[in-house]
Amino acid sequence: MVEPLLELRGVNKSFGVVHVLHDVDFAVYPGQVTALVGDNGAGKSTLVKIIAGIYGRDSGEYHFDGKAVEVHGPRDVAALGVEVVYQDLALCDNLDIVENMFLGREETTRLGLDEVTMETRARETLASLSVRTVKSVRQSVASLSGGQRQTVAIAKAVLWNSKVVLLDEPTAALGVAQTRQVLDLVRRLADRGLGVVLISHNMGDVLEVADRITALYLGRVAADVPAKDLTHSQIVELITAGRSGDLGIADPATATV
Amino acid sequence: MTAHTDTASAPAPASSGFDNDNRQAATIGDAARDYVNRLRGGDMGLLPAILGLVALLVIFASLNDRFLTTYNMANLVIQASSIIVLAMGIVFVLLLGEIDLSAGVAGGACATITALMLIDYDWTWWMATLAGVAFGAVIGLAIGSLVSFLGIPSFVVTLAFFLGLQAVPLRLIGSGGSLRFNDPVLRGMSIKNVPVTAGWIAAIVIVVAFAALSLWRYRSLSAKGLVHAPIGLVVIKIAVLAAVVLGLTALLSANRAPNPDLFDISGVPWVAPVVIALLLFWTFVLTKTRFGRHLYAVGGNAEAARRAGINVQRVRIMAFVICTSMAALAGLLSASYTGKVSPGSGGGNVLLYAVAAAVIGGTSLFGGRGRAIDAVIGGLVIATISNGLGLLNQAAYINFVVTGGVLLLAASVDAISRRRRSSAGV
Repeated sequence: MVEPLLELRGVNKSFGVVHVLHDVDFAVYPGQVTALVGDNGAGKSTLVKIIAGIYGRDSGEYHFDGKAVEVHGPRDVAALGVEVVYQDLALCDNLDIVENMFLGREETTRLGLDEVTMETRARETLASLSVRTVKSVRQSVASLSGGQRQTVAIAKAVLWNSKVVLLDEPTAALGVAQTRQVLDLVRRLADRGLGVVLISHNMGDVLEVADRITALYLGRVAADVPAKDLTHSQIVELITAGRSGDLGIADPATATV
Repeated sequence: MTAHTDTASAPAPASSGFDNDNRQAATIGDAARDYVNRLRGGDMGLLPAILGLVALLVIFASLNDRFLTTYNMANLVIQASSIIVLAMGIVFVLLLGEIDLSAGVAGGACATITALMLIDYDWTWWMATLAGVAFGAVIGLAIGSLVSFLGIPSFVVTLAFFLGLQAVPLRLIGSGGSLRFNDPVLRGMSIKNVPVTAGWIAAIVIVVAFAALSLWRYRSLSAKGLVHAPIGLVVIKIAVLAAVVLGLTALLSANRAPNPDLFDISGVPWVAPVVIALLLFWTFVLTKTRFGRHLYAVGGNAEAARRAGINVQRVRIMAFVICTSMAALAGLLSASYTGKVSPGSGGGNVLLYAVAAAVIGGTSLFGGRGRAIDAVIGGLVIATISNGLGLLNQAAYINFVVTGGVLLLAASVDAISRRRRSSAGV
């Protein structure tokens, strides 16, 4: 078995009296797409924000590359090589693709911004991801379709030689063809050896690209199994009831918040 | 990299791979078609302002034969300078989608400080100027901190400063009084001219430097296979700049005294090089530095900027510091033109003129869009209106009505083009 690239062990998190995550174990393997599924309020977003370093943990360990690491904020996480692509994309409409990809990490020379290096690297990254739908890297992001925007956001995340990429609902607002583009891209990321986490409500997408599925139910891990062992209806049961056949939480009735 | 080059590219066939994506419009024709598409999509740029300026020049020239004299044109340039400098400062806060209503009176307060330093303490002109600008920077720091840390809308904070800062000159000068402003250097900005030879040399240096930079950029970008404008467009831009700069220099180098046998008034007014230097400096900051890039990012999507690791609060504070520091310079230029500072300096419609200038030039009130050159063109439009109406001997109220109307028109163009942009996605 391959060692996980990123692993959380026994994570608990409360907001005031609300206990959001109960002893959650979560692992991301290199070269695999791990789908994180769960109903609204199951704790997906909280878990992602803990991985991203936005929230701290009440207890539990954060392992990266087999070693326990201390993370105190988004910068520590970014330094490890973990990038998060958020649902609302976090792109600036008034800037072009290159400017967005290097936002906050602009290359400079003594004479100011180094546009030559930035444009070259942005183009290389997009080409290496086989992105074929963008007509020019100097297009403003406002002129891109939803799928292209998602592509740019993902390319921005891999530009920094990141090892783990978390995608929060990347296909939620996309049409059929654009969903296709993004899913292909997700698969290619994993094929490059990155650990990919896909958070999605769309079971079709999950079954299509995921290698492993981690289902959350009311803040607990209901199942963490290879995707090929699950059917569509089993995933739905895990999400809605916390168990399916002999899989899942032993007695979901006790699993209250 | 300017915002121009990125859009100068024609649609690629959908099947083309990314590694041979479009990097330039093949011909001038493509570039022109591209430009028309952008206009249709609502990306108006400087076009409305330039058309407006030409229309105003034609109208006023036909209504009054003194309007187009070189004497009046030089006067117009001097009147425009303080509006332009203030508008350049305003561009920075507008870029963030904020507003600074106090910039005008802040300029008046700063000019008061400078005048007092000159008169009461015999400071040299540059020390007094520094004192004024530093006072402006402190005001900007205070406004920016209140907006950034307490989260008070900038509209409210600067409205409070607008009221409060009017007390500064009133307290220091006393109501009804005024301070003379006759330092040879500072006053000379408006009433003295660059020697004709020096003016020509500077104009030629500007044109040659611009041409060399543009061509060098074209060569290095195309050699590395990066996105660039077609060579024809580069040449046209150089030609237009050369025509404008050399044409204005020729105009202003002629003797423009109303009575040429008695006096010799010739040469570019000193305010022009001041404005040009500020334009070049701020254009560099906005387009070539990380800070400039971050300003646009915060104005476009503050949350995205924050997630990208940009210190949004610092950027916001800096924008207000720059705005009020520029307001201080604008206050000095205004005092230099009138030769005095009074408690009313910087009040009235000064601030609205500057906001109108920035918006007419193409800076968006919604944030994320704007350039330093917008302030220059927009400032010339506003100055032309007030200068032209003044020559027509209209009642003062007409001036207010027309300027208010122009501001409203510019804001409407901004709002409509913004809507078209979001639907056309340019």
